[in-house]
Amino acid sequence: MRIDGTGLIDRARPLRFSFDGHAFDGYHGDTLASALLANDIRLVGRSFKYHRPRGIMTAGSEEPNALVTVGQGAAQDPNLRATTLELHDGLEARSQNRWPSLDWDLLALNDLAAPFFGAGFYYKTFMWPRAFWEKLYEPMIRRAAGLGALSGQANADRHEKAFAHCDLLVIGAGPAGLMAALTAARAGADVILADEDSVMGGRLNAENEEVGGQAGRDWAADVVAKLRAMDNVRLMRRTTVSGAYDGGTYGAVERVALHVSHPGPAPRECFWRITARRAILAAGALERPVAFRDNDRPGIMMAGAVRAYLNRWNVAPGRSAVVFGNNDGAHRTAADLLAAGVNVAALVDARLGATTTLDVPFYAGHVCGSEGRKGLEAVSIATLSGIEKVRADCLAVSGGWNPTLHIACHMGGRPDWSPDIAGFVPRPGMVPGLAAAGSANGAFSTARCLAQGAEAAQAALTDLGLKPGTPDIPRAEDGAYDITPLWSVPGKGRAWLDFQNDVTVKDVNLAAREAYRSVEHMKRYTTQGMAPDQGKNSNVNALAVLADATGRTIPETGTTTYRPPFVPVSIAAMGAGAQGKGFAPERFTTSHKASVAAGAPMIEAGLWYRPSYFPAPGETTWRQSCDREVGFVRGAVGICDVSTLGKIDIQGPDAGAFLDFVYTGMFSTLKVGRTRYGLMLREDGHVMDDGTTARLGDNHYLMTTTTAAAGPVMQHLEFVRQGLRPDLDLRLMPVTEQWAQFAVAGPKSRELLNGLLDTPIDSESFPFMGCGAVTLGGIDARLFRISFSGEHAYEIAVPARHGDSLFRLLKRQAEALGGGAYGMEALNVLRIEKGFITHAEIHGRTTAFDIGMQGMMSGKKDFIGKRASQRPGLMEESRERLVGLKPTGDVKQLTAGAHLFDAGAEATRENDQGYVTSVGFSPTLGHFIGLGFLKRGPERIGETIRMVDHLRGVETTCEVCNPVFFDPEGGRARG
Amino acid sequence: MRIDCPCCGARDIREFTYKGDALALDRPDPDAGDAAWSDYVHNRDNPAGITRELWYHDMGCTAWLVVTRDTRSHEIAAVDLASAVKEGVA
Repeated sequence: MRIDGTGLIDRARPLRFSFDGHAFDGYHGDTLASALLANDIRLVGRSFKYHRPRGIMTAGSEEPNALVTVGQGAAQDPNLRATTLELHDGLEARSQNRWPSLDWDLLALNDLAAPFFGAGFYYKTFMWPRAFWEKLYEPMIRRAAGLGALSGQANADRHEKAFAHCDLLVIGAGPAGLMAALTAARAGADVILADEDSVMGGRLNAENEEVGGQAGRDWAADVVAKLRAMDNVRLMRRTTVSGAYDGGTYGAVERVALHVSHPGPAPRECFWRITARRAILAAGALERPVAFRDNDRPGIMMAGAVRAYLNRWNVAPGRSAVVFGNNDGAHRTAADLLAAGVNVAALVDARLGATTTLDVPFYAGHVCGSEGRKGLEAVSIATLSGIEKVRADCLAVSGGWNPTLHIACHMGGRPDWSPDIAGFVPRPGMVPGLAAAGSANGAFSTARCLAQGAEAAQAALTDLGLKPGTPDIPRAEDGAYDITPLWSVPGKGRAWLDFQNDVTVKDVNLAAREAYRSVEHMKRYTTQGMAPDQGKNSNVNALAVLADATGRTIPETGTTTYRPPFVPVSIAAMGAGAQGKGFAPERFTTSHKASVAAGAPMIEAGLWYRPSYFPAPGETTWRQSCDREVGFVRGAVGICDVSTLGKIDIQGPDAGAFLDFVYTGMFSTLKVGRTRYGLMLREDGHVMDDGTTARLGDNHYLMTTTTAAAGPVMQHLEFVRQGLRPDLDLRLMPVTEQWAQFAVAGPKSRELLNGLLDTPIDSESFPFMGCGAVTLGGIDARLFRISFSGEHAYEIAVPARHGDSLFRLLKRQAEALGGGAYGMEALNVLRIEKGFITHAEIHGRTTAFDIGMQGMMSGKKDFIGKRASQRPGLMEESRERLVGLKPTGDVKQLTAGAHLFDAGAEATRENDQGYVTSVGFSPTLGHFIGLGFLKRGPERIGETIRMVDHLRGVETTCEVCNPVFFDPEGGRARG
Repeated sequence: MRIDCPCCGARDIREFTYKGDALALDRPDPDAGDAAWSDYVHNRDNPAGITRELWYHDMGCTAWLVVTRDTRSHEIAAVDLASAVKEGVA
């Protein structure tokens, strides 16, 4: 019910919203929760396990009951807390976990079966038969017990991520946080003040009290205005700091546009990573309930929340209220209710000898039960003289306050128990650079919050080397807290601890009886604290009950581990920008457009995209295109973009010595203008990568790597240069993207080039494996006479800006000579015909010996991997070694990944003789060819063996042959 | 976690790539024997405490760094250039 008052709602700006399809009115400044209460809606959800009716319990992000779903279709957003969801025009919210409706929920039957649903019920009951778990029990339980659901569709809503740096991060903008931020900002520190509310001020906005002679909320607004005017302060409203990480890094989620009807291009949420040299945790405290029979009825709320609804939103949560507590906050709540004109039917104080000056019916005793169907109707009060029933539709409860210390414990720290406040407080130093202040530090009066905020800021300023100054601390209330611990009221029936996961006092006692005495075991057995609210208002009560049940003190029992995030953070926000292309960026070669225009299907090679083949009119299968393109290279000339291969520029007087150390072969002896094939090992003796390296000058080499290994090889070379051989004088620079490089391969390759080069070449100026500078059309280019096809071939490289035009030119010229562009399929067939290896063969477990390149390991020098490659076993004849394969059986196909067995042997793991790594149909030879590894391979050339592909169900017999199928003498490439 | 790169200043962990123990800098002589080589290639300690490890600043200056870190607290005691460590000047 809305009441008169001057809270933080704007009565000049009414809003319309709907809940479960019914339209309601509210005001700007309302949360969904305050607006529902203003409309006398008390039943807002059904509980997780028993489907009991539940109402709004708190006024903050700790809310366990009032979870709603907002939005439709793909944008459906479940489990939003009504207590932090700001009302906006047209907001459509729906209740959760009920069927068919909130008011009439069939699964409320679960509540009648509650005697069977205690702790460990699922574990004990659904054990047998085993196969039923996945198919029957789990889906059934998941449907019955739960929260809101995602749509299952891809959501196009925008999220964002951002980074910030500051001297001081202040977490929370209540009296302590505001005082800390103001003190630090005035001393010149770069300050970020983050607060999860839409209005800064913390409890000052919820209480009826004065600070510095003015209303608390006005003082807060003044400080915020001062801070906003300062250049060195960033105010972050609606931003919850969610975690503390190493090195002064904090995660925070900002709700950018959850509170506006038409967000436009604004992201819904932004996930921040804030790096702070110092931080102050001023996150306040969370009020805890008291467990008594049926303490979960709609209408039963936290006392501090009742004050917040009265004072900030001018909403009376009921017409007749009972207040129950074990600290002075109960009296404050009764006073605020009276001031708002709400009937206080009873004030119940659990403390011994308590009295009151308020004009209300006073009871020294406990609330021991509640009644009502879908909301509170009456409260039972136990005193020395017996049990009395009082009619009420609102019960405000305070069991005391727990400092919001979660962030301080995120790096594994355990808090200290403070008997003064009957609560845990942060131990200093648990997160380096972070100090707690105010209520988060167990200082509960406003005056002490202000003082601690200023002190914490002064300490941080001193650490930062800034002058702390003398802050002007305003006068504020400094009343005693005066708590007598009360966790649960004894009695029959169920008394709730964890409202979000439906855990009762009985469940915790049962866990203790069944020997789950450790707080971590009790948590997992009962699910206490495992819901999205992570037990914010229930964990301390639960472990107090466990302590009692196991005869230990609370500090002996200890807390469970606090882990980020402090509040649920949507994956969409945390992973913002990392969907689709943000997750896997696309790298395009300079010939990409021309290849796509030619109709080439592009395939992924790491992040690169490369043409698979270039279809010609009339071709209906990729094999037709591939066979034709292989023919271009074997018969005329083919063009292929090879720019994706890694290129590393190596310069310096010791470049040659460096290459001798990283390659198995010698490169210091390579002549300028020549290119050599190099094999690179890992230090464990296995092959890392291969490629050609050209000597462009006395002190200048250009290395090529495979496409996949470009990054790892660069990293490896830098490690060798800096970490192993800093004595060598050279520098490395990756230039992969600076040069566009094209293979020009085939018998007519020189003819094609000589049509384009400013100065024609011949076999003398560019012999096999020669390299050097050329010009075409006045452009400086590099030409390498190297071949990955076994034909007379070149690779020509130009600065990347000329790549597109050169590719188009080369392709046109090749077509005029009876050839054309070829793609990855043809490139693969061409290299298999020649027995050239790729990472299909050098897959990380093969040695130089395995691939028949043991002769390339120089005996004259040390090199990376040399010593380990000589270990016993790495040069055994019996190892699986590279061979060629061709089918001889009825099935004429080979498949990569198939395994090899002796003819006649059973195709089992024990009989495995090797495996197939690369296959292709060779149009040159007219049959399938393959490469593979076979035990004693080279000794078995001519043998017939059995190939079995268990996955694809392909089986054939093959002849073992030399891996070089075509032109074994190599005359075509040299000619 | 943040690493204070000697070239670039304090940077977020995501700019760096981890390699392993800084033992990798102490490559044995070719004729140091099987035991020394086996230790170098394969054997690493896994301490609960101070460890020296190699990080590569691949999103920054491409320097290899030796980071002295406490595995219990992630506290970083020192960050040195691997080249300086290797040459005995760090």
